[in-house]
Amino acid sequence: MKGYKIIVLAKQVPDTRNVGKDAMKADGTVNRAALPAIFNPEDLNALEQALRIKDNFPGSTITLLTMGPGRAAEIIREGLFRGADDGILLTDRAFAGSDTLATSYAIAQTLKKHGNYDIIIAGRQAIDGDTAQVGPQVAEKLGIPQITYAEEIQAIEKGKVTVKRRLERGVEVVKCPMPLVVTVNSSAPDCRARNAKLIMKYKHAKTISEMQEANDDYLHLYSDRPYLTIKEWTVQNIEVDMNELGLTGSPTKVKKIENVVLQSKGAKVITSSDEDMDQLMRELIENHTIG
Amino acid sequence: MNSVFVYIEIEDGQVAEVSMELMTKGRALATELKVKLEAIAIGHQLDGIEKDIFPYGVDVLHLADDKRLAPYSTLPHNSIVVKLFQEEKPQIALMGASSVGRDLGPRVSSALHSGLTADCTSLVIGDHEDKKADKVYENLLYQIRPAFGGNIIATIINPDCRPQMATVREGVMKKEILDAKYKGTINKLDVSKYTSDLDFVVEMIERHIEKSKINIKGAGIIVAGGYGVGSKENFNLLFELAEVLGGEVGASRAAVDSGYIEHGRQIGQTGTTVRPKLYIACGISGQIQHRAGMEESAQIIAINTDPEAPINSIADYVITGDVAEILPKMIKYYKANTK
Repeated sequence: MKGYKIIVLAKQVPDTRNVGKDAMKADGTVNRAALPAIFNPEDLNALEQALRIKDNFPGSTITLLTMGPGRAAEIIREGLFRGADDGILLTDRAFAGSDTLATSYAIAQTLKKHGNYDIIIAGRQAIDGDTAQVGPQVAEKLGIPQITYAEEIQAIEKGKVTVKRRLERGVEVVKCPMPLVVTVNSSAPDCRARNAKLIMKYKHAKTISEMQEANDDYLHLYSDRPYLTIKEWTVQNIEVDMNELGLTGSPTKVKKIENVVLQSKGAKVITSSDEDMDQLMRELIENHTIG
Repeated sequence: MNSVFVYIEIEDGQVAEVSMELMTKGRALATELKVKLEAIAIGHQLDGIEKDIFPYGVDVLHLADDKRLAPYSTLPHNSIVVKLFQEEKPQIALMGASSVGRDLGPRVSSALHSGLTADCTSLVIGDHEDKKADKVYENLLYQIRPAFGGNIIATIINPDCRPQMATVREGVMKKEILDAKYKGTINKLDVSKYTSDLDFVVEMIERHIEKSKINIKGAGIIVAGGYGVGSKENFNLLFELAEVLGGEVGASRAAVDSGYIEHGRQIGQTGTTVRPKLYIACGISGQIQHRAGMEESAQIIAINTDPEAPINSIADYVITGDVAEILPKMIKYYKANTK
C-alpha cells in the first residue's frame, strides 16, 4: 500500500506551565535559563496523530520540521525516538525576532522547497505564545485548506481526510481533500512513549553543527548511516525574500514589556485555625457576601 | 477615514456574546478615532440580524447571506473577509478569540500581510515614536496581552500594516448597547463575487454544538482550584463548598493541564473572564494569566500553602494552609450557621 507523506511542525518551548519562584529574577524579569526547554505539548499530540496514520498506512513517512536555535535539534531526536522518520532543523540568525507571520513565511517557504507532502500536522498552539496562528498562516501561504482544533484524524480515503474537531462547545466532523494542514488540540490522545529500539537507532542522530561541536570519534558513523544526519537548513537552503523574515518581516512589534510587579493591597492574613475560619465565615455571612 | 471593523460571529442564527462585546469596544475605539464602526456578518438567513447589531453603534453592516455560509467554514468566510478588507481598508479589525476567530483571524492576517495579536486583554489607542526611523505614528492600536506563560505583559503594535488585527476572548470586554434606535446602513454582498467553488471543498459530516452547561461567567460565587489542589479527588471538596454556597467551580490552567478538571471551567486569559462577588482561590499561585481572568472579582479569598504566592497580593483575605484542611471547616461553619 502506498503510504502518505506527513510533515509534523513542532516547536521547542520553555516550559512556562509551572513557573516556580526561581524562574523569576529579583528584578521581575524571566530567568529563561531556569525553565527547561521542552517539546511543545500540543505538538506531541500532533506527532501521535501522524504516528497513527503511519500505523494504519504502512509506507507512510513522517518528517518533523522545527524552526529554532541549534539546540532545537533535541526535539527532532525526541521525535525520532517516538517514530518519526527524519527531521529538518530550520535555523538562521535571520529568523530572530520573527512574529507568527514571519515564522509562517519561513516555514511555508521550507515546505515549498521540500515539497512532497500530503498532510501537515501541527499542535494548535505553543505554550510560550498561545497564539494558534502559525498553523493557519502556513496553510494560507501554501494555498491549502486548514482544519484547526482537531482531536482525531478518523479516516483517509479517496484523497480525503476525515477529522473530528473539538470546539469550545461541541464537536464537528469534517472531510477535506489533501493536501491540508491539521492543527491538533491537547484533548487528542497523548503521544506514545519513546521506543527503546528507536532510541538505540537514533541516539547519535545529529545536525552538522552538533557533529562539528562534538568533535567525537565516531564521525564515520554518519557516512555509514545517513539516517543519523539531521538536516540543518538555513536561508541558503530555501528561497526567501529577506525582507519577509525576522523583525523586518514582522508586522507586529513589541512596544513595551512590563514585568509583573505585584503590590499587596493589604489583605487580611488569617490562619487555618478553627477560630480564624469561623471568624472569616461569620464576616462573610454578616456582610452578605455569602448566605 | 478608515473604519474600525468587527467580524460578527453567528451561533444558531444569533449574534455571539463575544461579538456584542467587541462591537461595544469597537464603538468606543471608533468614537475616539472619529471614524465609523462597521461590522461584517456571514451566514445564512440573516434577515433581521441588524436589529441585534445596530444598537451597539454600528454605522455600516456588511451582510453575506448564502446557505453554504452556515455553519462557519474557514475558506469561504476567509475569502469574503479578505476581499472586503481589501476594498474597505479598515484600520482596525476585531474578532472573538473563539474557535471561529482563532481559526479565521490568522488566515486573514496572512492573506493581507497584517499583524494579528491573539487573546488581548486590553485595547487602547496611543502614539508610538520610532526613534531609529525618526518617525511618529499617531493613534495606533495598543494590543495588550500577557505573554510568556503570563509572566510578563506585552504591548504589541502594528505600525505599518493594516488592518491592525486583534482577537479578544469572550467576557474580557463589557457589552453595552449604545442606543437602541441607532441607525446604520446595510450593504448586501454578492456572495458569488466574493467566493469561488474552491472555497467549498471542505464538507461538514456531523455537527453537535451544545450550549455551555457550565455557567462560571454568570456565577456570583466561584470556588476555583489550581495545581495546588493536588488531585481530581481533592476537587470534590471544591464542588462541595461551591454547592453549599450556591456557586460554581472554576480552575486555573495548571489544574486543567494536569487533568484535574475539564477545560470548560478554566479561568484566565485563555479561559473565561469572571467578575463574581466572591472568588475563593484554592491552591492557585496566581500567574498574571490567571489573574487577568478574575482580578475584578469584588472579594478574593486566597488559600495557599505558600505565603508568598502572587495571588495573595490581590486578595482581600489570605489563608496560609492546606486546602484539604480549610475547605471542610468552611463547609461545616456555613452549614451550621445558615438555614
